[in-house]
Parts: sequence; C-alpha cells; structure tokens
Amino acid sequence: MPPVPWIWARASGPAMADRRRTPAVARHATVMVRGGTVVDETGERRADVVITDGVVTAVGPGLEVPTGATVLDAVDCLVAPGLVDLHTHLRQPGGEEAETVETASRAAARGGYTAVVGMPNTNPPIDNAAVALEVLGLGEPALCRVAVAGAITVGRAGECLAPMGELAALGVRLFTDDGTGVQDSGVMRRALEYARGLGVTLGQHCEDGDLAAGGHMHEGAWSSRLGVPGVPAAAEELMVARDIMLARLTGGRVHFLHLSTAGSLALVATAKAEGLPVTAEVAPHHLALTDAELAGYDTVFKVNPPLRTETDVAALRAGCAAGTVDAVATDHAPHPSQAKDGPLDTAAPGMLGLETAVAVTLQALGAERDGMAEGDGNGAVPPTTRPGAAASMTVGDVLALMSWRPARIAGLSVEQGGDQGGPIAVGMPGNLCVIDPAERWEVDPDRLASRSRNTPWAGRTLIGRVRHTVYRGEPVVVGTEAQR
Amino acid sequence: MSFRTPRPETHGIKAPAVAGSGRNLLSIADLGAEGIEEVLRVTDAFVEVARRPIPKVPALRGRTVVTLFAEESTRTRFSFETAAKRLSADVLSFAVASSSLKKGESLRDTVETVAAMGVDAFVVRHPSAGAPAQVARWVDASVINAGDGWHEHPTQALLDCYTIRQVLAERSGRPVADVGMKNFGGLRVAIVGDVAHSRVARSGVLALAALGAEITLVAPGSLLPPSLEGWPVSAVSHDLDSVLPTVDVCYLLRLQTERGAGSFVPSLREYTAGYGLTVRRAGLLAEGALVMHPGPMNRGVEIADEVADLPRSVVLRQVANGVAVRMAVLFLLLGQVVDGDAAGAVDLGPGFGAGDG
Repeated sequence: MPPVPWIWARASGPAMADRRRTPAVARHATVMVRGGTVVDETGERRADVVITDGVVTAVGPGLEVPTGATVLDAVDCLVAPGLVDLHTHLRQPGGEEAETVETASRAAARGGYTAVVGMPNTNPPIDNAAVALEVLGLGEPALCRVAVAGAITVGRAGECLAPMGELAALGVRLFTDDGTGVQDSGVMRRALEYARGLGVTLGQHCEDGDLAAGGHMHEGAWSSRLGVPGVPAAAEELMVARDIMLARLTGGRVHFLHLSTAGSLALVATAKAEGLPVTAEVAPHHLALTDAELAGYDTVFKVNPPLRTETDVAALRAGCAAGTVDAVATDHAPHPSQAKDGPLDTAAPGMLGLETAVAVTLQALGAERDGMAEGDGNGAVPPTTRPGAAASMTVGDVLALMSWRPARIAGLSVEQGGDQGGPIAVGMPGNLCVIDPAERWEVDPDRLASRSRNTPWAGRTLIGRVRHTVYRGEPVVVGTEAQR
Repeated sequence: MSFRTPRPETHGIKAPAVAGSGRNLLSIADLGAEGIEEVLRVTDAFVEVARRPIPKVPALRGRTVVTLFAEESTRTRFSFETAAKRLSADVLSFAVASSSLKKGESLRDTVETVAAMGVDAFVVRHPSAGAPAQVARWVDASVINAGDGWHEHPTQALLDCYTIRQVLAERSGRPVADVGMKNFGGLRVAIVGDVAHSRVARSGVLALAALGAEITLVAPGSLLPPSLEGWPVSAVSHDLDSVLPTVDVCYLLRLQTERGAGSFVPSLREYTAGYGLTVRRAGLLAEGALVMHPGPMNRGVEIADEVADLPRSVVLRQVANGVAVRMAVLFLLLGQVVDGDAAGAVDLGPGFGAGDG
C-alpha cells in the first residue's frame, strides 16, 4: 500500500508517530487469557487461550502459563472472538473535531471490537480510491482493524455511480451512501446490477427523502404531543420494500442498515423466506430506547433513523431472536458538543455506540448475567432495556450478531481471507475480547475514549463490560483501559 | 464554561407556588388544574390593578426579566413587557433581528451570557419546539415559554381560559371569584383549523380539558397531528357546520401560512369554504356562543371580516387579559409568597391590597 499522510500523527507529536513504527506483537509476544468461558460459533466451553505472535497457539482448560506471557484475568468472564462493527462513523477526514480514526479505534477497542467498517460520509466522502487509501492508511496503526465502506454514488449525491470496481480492488466489500438513502430507483437498480458483477454488497440507509423531509424524531404520539415534525415509519419501510423488489429484480445483495421499525423487519423476514440475498442490521439504541426519551427535548436522543416506539423495540428484539436480524451494528456517530447544543430541530442526529454496545445489547436481548434479582429496585436498568420476549437468546446468540455474522457481511471472516469473527482455535488470528457480563458500571461521558460526548447512556448504569481486548496478539485494552 | 446566576436569599419566604412546577412555565402540563386555577385567581387581582389610574405595583421591584424572542412577535412581547413593567421589574428586550444569534452565536452561549448579567426570568419565544425547555436546563433563572414552534404557548391558553371565565361570570351577573371554575365543567369547545402546527391548540387543549371542558377538534386531515393518542379531546370532526350549533365556544386557529402550512390545503379559498367561520356559519352558532381567536387574524380566511367584529367575538378582550395573566404568571414565579400563607392570599408588595386605589 502506498504511503499516506498521517496528519493526526503530526498533530499529536512525534511520540504517536513512533508508536506506529513499533511492531505491536513484538512487545506482547505471548498473551494468555486465563480462566474464562470461551464463546464462539462452535459453542461455549471453559478454556484458557494462549496467543503467540498474533496467532492462537493453545486453547483448553487449565493450561500452563507460558514463560514470559502477559496474563489477562478472565475469571467469570466470556472470551469471545473480537467484535466487528459494520457501522462506524470515523469522521476522518473532515470531521476530526468529532472523532479521528485513532480515537474511534480506541473507543472500538474499549468496546471489544477488533474491526470496524468506517462509513463513507466523510468530507470528502469515500467515493474514490484516494480517500479510501487515506482512511485505510490511518487505520494501519489503529487499535483495531479499520475497513471502509465505499459510497454507492459520487459525492453520495444519488446520481452517478462511484468507481466501485476501483474501490473493490482495494478490498472494499460494502458500499453505501449512508446518511441518506439512494432515492432514485433507477440508480439503485444499476448499482445493484453493477455490484453483483463485483461480488460486493450494497448497504442501504432506508429513508424516503420526501416522507422524511423536515422530521426530527419518530412521527407518532410523542412527536404530536411535543410539536416536533416527525419521520414516519413508512419513510423507512417504503425503501426497504423497494430494495427488496430491486434485489429480486437484479440478484444484487442488499444489506439493510440500522433498521428501526417493526414493519421493516416484517418485510425483511418475508424476503429472507423467499431466499432473496438480503441481510439486516439493527443498532443497540434501537433495541433499548424509545421516542419517549425525547420528552425533554434532549438532543442527545436525536438520531437517524429516530428512536421508535415500544412496539418497534419489541419487534427488533424478536427479530434478533428469530434470525431476521443478522447483525447488531453501532451506528457510532460522534458529534462535538456545539452540534448538539442547539434546539432539537437544528441539532445533528447521531449518538455514540462503540463503548456501550455490548452492555446495551446483552441487556436488551436478555443475555446479561445479572447476579441480582429482577427489579432489585436500585434503578440500574433503564426501563426500556428489560427484554421479556427475547429472553430466550443465549450469550452465544447475541455475540453471533456482534462478531462472526457481521464479519461475514463485511467480508472480513477467516474463510473470506480475513482475520475476524473467530472461531477461537489453534492457528486462528489472535483477535478476541473478554467480557464481564455481570459488571455494573455508570457511563461517564468524560471517561469515554471517543473524542465526543454524545452518549445517550450518560449517568445511567449498564450491566456488562469489556474487560480486555486483544488485537493481533496485542492486549490493546486491559482492565477496561486502552493501553495506547 | 458555564455561568450561573446567583439567587438572592429569601429568609422566611417560601418558594413561589405555581403548582407542579419548580420555577418555570414550559407547558400547561406543568400546572395541572390546580395551577391553572391559581393563575386565574391571581389574575383577578391584576385585572383590578389594570383599572387603576396608575396601573403599577412594586411586587417585582429589583427583579430583572429578559424577553428573548428568536421569532418575530409584537403582541406577545409587548404583552409580557407591559406585564413585567407593571410589576416594576426591570425589562431587557432581546430581539433576534439585532442580536448575536444572527451573528452565529449559539442559543446556549447567548442565554448563558445574558444569564451571567444577573437575570431572574427569561421569557422565551423560539421557532423550535423545546427551546425554552433547553434554556431552562442551561440557566438557574425562571423560564417562561412564550411560544415554541408547534409545541406550546401556555400563557395564551391561560388568558383564553381567563377570558372565558370572565365573560361567563359577567353574564351570570356574579363576581368572577364567586363563579370560580365551575363554568368550565361540560363547557363545549370547538377548536377549528390548523391544529397540527399550532402551539396555541396544544396548550389550549391541555388547559381547557384540565378545567373540565369537552373539546372537539375540527380540521381537514392534513392539518391534524399525525397522532392524537393521549390528547384529552372528545371528538374530531371534518364538518364544521354540524359542530357549530353544539358548542359554547368556537376557537379559531390562525392558518399558519408563514410556516408553509398553506400547502397542507389546496388553496385558501377551499380552506375558507370548508373551515372558515363565514357569516353564514356564524349564524349556526347557538345564542351566546363565543368566538375566539389567538391573533393575528387572517380576516377572510379562517374568520370573516364581519364575524370578527361581532359582539360574540371576544378577540380584543383576549388581548387585554393577556397582560393581567402574564402579570400573574410572572408574580407567581418570581414574587414572594408570605410563608405559611394560604393559596390565593398573595402579597403584591407595599401599598397593595384588595380595594386599594
């Protein structure tokens, strides 16, 4: 890969640049994760894991500690393949005030992620090889693998196809105009036909521009009472329905980004039953929060697609349990405080997700291991995160949605030539995370690794936390703290 | 950086007693029926003040009220400023046209800067729903919502309720205080027009329903909110002719043409044909039914010129009562209620007492 300017290394001073040249694995030749329960696609088992020079060299119960190994305590913890986020806004280039590749990767690592897919709505957008190479270059020294999605159309303007072949040659496997949907059905059809020949997937941000125009929250009882222009569920569902028809017409693969309504999931379930090549992701906040959060006009809860109703939340959880949903993806969307400080209708949409995703998702899908009784009255659990219907999901089911299934959609799985998604076995890449499913912690925006503070969980207590993350054999997070 | 206004210590003085609210009036929902009744009772006292040769009391002497209007409004701003001045408060007027908001300063910076100068209350008008609620989170001063987007306009609803109560009391020939709130029980009110984009409608529905009125919304489908779930209304109609003979109050909403609502109906002509209070339709009203409008009126659109000037139209009385109601709200939020005093017995400052002047 050609050298690329790493402007934030210069901005951060020579020390940061030096780290880039230091081979990470050399400093952590052997790492042992001891005492945990390994959970991967093959199941759950008590096992220690030894990683040497970035590769798993031993898995099994009661292993001897190798000489000189760095030992990570995993007692009472889950040891899973590193998580893979299909939907991260890295904000670089152009939005460095909100986030950089470096800070996003640190947030990702603290969230248990060993790979993220950066969205192309940067400035300039990732609609050509030059920008893609810049971001990929910035990702080389990062704390997790940084892949990118390319734009479907030039400038994400929805008119002319972006050079998908050129980008695919760089390894880009997912294309999307995320931030907006491709409005023109003819353009989307051509894009799907072209993508089919490249073997890549088109991700759609489903939002009919005319129906959604001017909306700032879910259109329904709350928006009507609050006097806030709304975005109806139909704005999303219309485009989901259209793209299912286009998938049928073209044979192209469609990945639906951040689905938020019960109607969308019903459409996807039908399409899957028909055997169409569609996949779907949901965001943790849509599994946990409703539009009632907007009652106080707090802009941190403004997000696109908007927080929906309890019915939608229940349908999304059920969709995760039923297999309609293929991945939980964060839609991590950092914004500087001034972008959130205005009135609701001028505030930027989006919320942080990487550092809270595991806890929120485990709780929402009923798989957190809370040692305390239900409704213990300490107010630890936000009211809308108590699941019910989806309580049958196991930890393995939930981690599938956050690791090995998204790894395949991103084209990053081992069988696709990548290094993500496990399983945790001898000879596999040393990417894993250690999750304490019972830890209670209060979210403090000032202590997040992200450059921004716009977390909807500020001041709330979550259950479940990433204790350690190992990326390419390097313990990048130890004891919840990033190591660099 | 965050400036906070120091509040004077008030020994022996309990917090002003607007029920259900701390020190803000952001929504009618903050007040509830008790709070609304309290405001209306206190308004009686200020209506009396208005009749004096010098209609001014020292109740808020030394207090500073800022009117922060990020949206053009002459009548509401004048009404609040007059109210504050008649309470002897110092008034700072912050109009967006000449302000730093136009120069790109954020609302938060603007508000915190003004608050740092030492302000007791912000009266906020803003085109965005929720802006007053946000201001209330940023400053320690009291915040009064003077209209926010499509959300609420609580003092308009209060003055509308006061006007209805006043007119019905006069008709019964008894003092307002004796009649109390019982005229609202079962009072039939039609709210007609652009409910979807109307903050007046949202506050009005909450206030009238809290006092016991039965509300019918009359509007074309495109001017109704997407959902009426949780709205305390008895009925929704698309047929004004059939509703008019059944109501005690016909409340017309302004067609919000300046917010692009014009495109929600095919034409003003068609709107008037279906939902305007024309001379013919005014003839369908029961004897004694009131016609109300928050102003400014689009004469010839939602209300015919002749109807606006009928005796049953109480539009100017609404405006006149606006000052007294806003005096009551400012007084209840900022004034001093003597410790242990029963509700309603208010100390309006030296030299003030019932029958005085």
